[in-house]
Amino acid sequence: MAGDALTSGEYIKHHLTNLTFGQHPDGSWGIAHSAAEAKEMGFWAIHVDTMFWSIGLGVLFLYFFSKAAKTATQGVPGGLQNFVEWIVEFIDTSVRGSFSARNSLVAPLALTIFVWIFLQNLMDLVPVDVIPELAKLLGIHYMKVVPSTDPNATFGMAIGVFLLVLFYSIKIKGVGGFAGELTLQPFSSTNPIVNLLFIPINFILEFVSLIAKPISLALRLFGNMYAGEMIFILIAIMYNAGLILGLFGGVLQLGWAIFHILIITLQAFIFMTLTIVYLDMAHHEH
Amino acid sequence: MNINLTLIGQLLSFAVFVWFTMKYVWTPIMGALETRKKEIADGLAAAERGQHEQELAKERAKDVLHEAKAQAAEIVAQAQKRAAEIVDESKDTARVEGDRILTAAQSEIEQEANRAREQLREKVGMLAVAGAEKILKKEISADAHQDIVTALAKEI
Repeated sequence: MAGDALTSGEYIKHHLTNLTFGQHPDGSWGIAHSAAEAKEMGFWAIHVDTMFWSIGLGVLFLYFFSKAAKTATQGVPGGLQNFVEWIVEFIDTSVRGSFSARNSLVAPLALTIFVWIFLQNLMDLVPVDVIPELAKLLGIHYMKVVPSTDPNATFGMAIGVFLLVLFYSIKIKGVGGFAGELTLQPFSSTNPIVNLLFIPINFILEFVSLIAKPISLALRLFGNMYAGEMIFILIAIMYNAGLILGLFGGVLQLGWAIFHILIITLQAFIFMTLTIVYLDMAHHEH
Repeated sequence: MNINLTLIGQLLSFAVFVWFTMKYVWTPIMGALETRKKEIADGLAAAERGQHEQELAKERAKDVLHEAKAQAAEIVAQAQKRAAEIVDESKDTARVEGDRILTAAQSEIEQEANRAREQLREKVGMLAVAGAEKILKKEISADAHQDIVTALAKEI
């Protein structure tokens, strides 16, 4: 923030704006230069920073894991392999614990979700100004480094999971079975006419609970990470408010970061576990 | 905080990552884990088998040793018995031999004595005949009265 004295409000707003690439109202394509401009771009714009960091972290995860997988031998495992195997076995245990059907997709899915979200969340522990300031040196004005504070990222994963839930629900139970699950419960009657009357009520209840799955999945992660990020930003504001408040802010940041280690792991774990549970429900009549 | 194309981008990259994990991470790692688990189990089983076999071999060795000791004791006992037998046998043989030699010597002595007695008898007979000749002068020839001499000699 050299020279241009930002108010606290502007500082926060600046930190919460993604680097957006899209079509300007005048028809040219390019980077949005303000939050308002980004908003005007509408749906056909893309958050370059979210995509960059999430894909970068995903590639990093896959690079190390596939490297460990490639060298995975039956012999004595080395350091990286041990670490990877530890995580893989942890995921495997979690999947075995909550998922009773047989599906070879679920465990790799859970592993991807857990590690990818964990890495995305981990970016939250990088002090909020470091990467944006470095980006500023490169001429990039907006840089949001934590992909999971972008609802696009969390909804992207949640919708992916939701599509799998729909796919397996229909595949396992058939269209009729799935429709029956949505309309014939929780209220049912032996009288067919009353049963017919129950259908819309049941559908409203079941549809809401079905839709609530991806929305809660995405918003839980987004909300937690967004709030955590916000607190880091607020603490960072204290650095501009004098030595004593700055020192206090340093202590606060340390404490919050340590506490945040718990949250980022927990959120990754919750997302993974709920995915497993939802997919398990999709495989079973209930 | 706009919902935009990023959503689709994230969805697609998520799908690609899951696919990649499934194909290149999960399957080989689980395979390696499975193989290692099996190998360790095999190793443990082999170790146990080896231990069991060693125990059996120990038992067998003990048995063999025991048997060998018993056999050795038996052999020694047999040898001692045989030695005693041989000693007894040779004692018997010696006694029989001694008896035989003794008997032979005795019979020889007896024969010798008989012979001497015979000769003595003949001599005495001849002496008696010679005496009688001297007494009867020429009347009696020794040849004519040989039988009488012999009879006399027998009576002595």
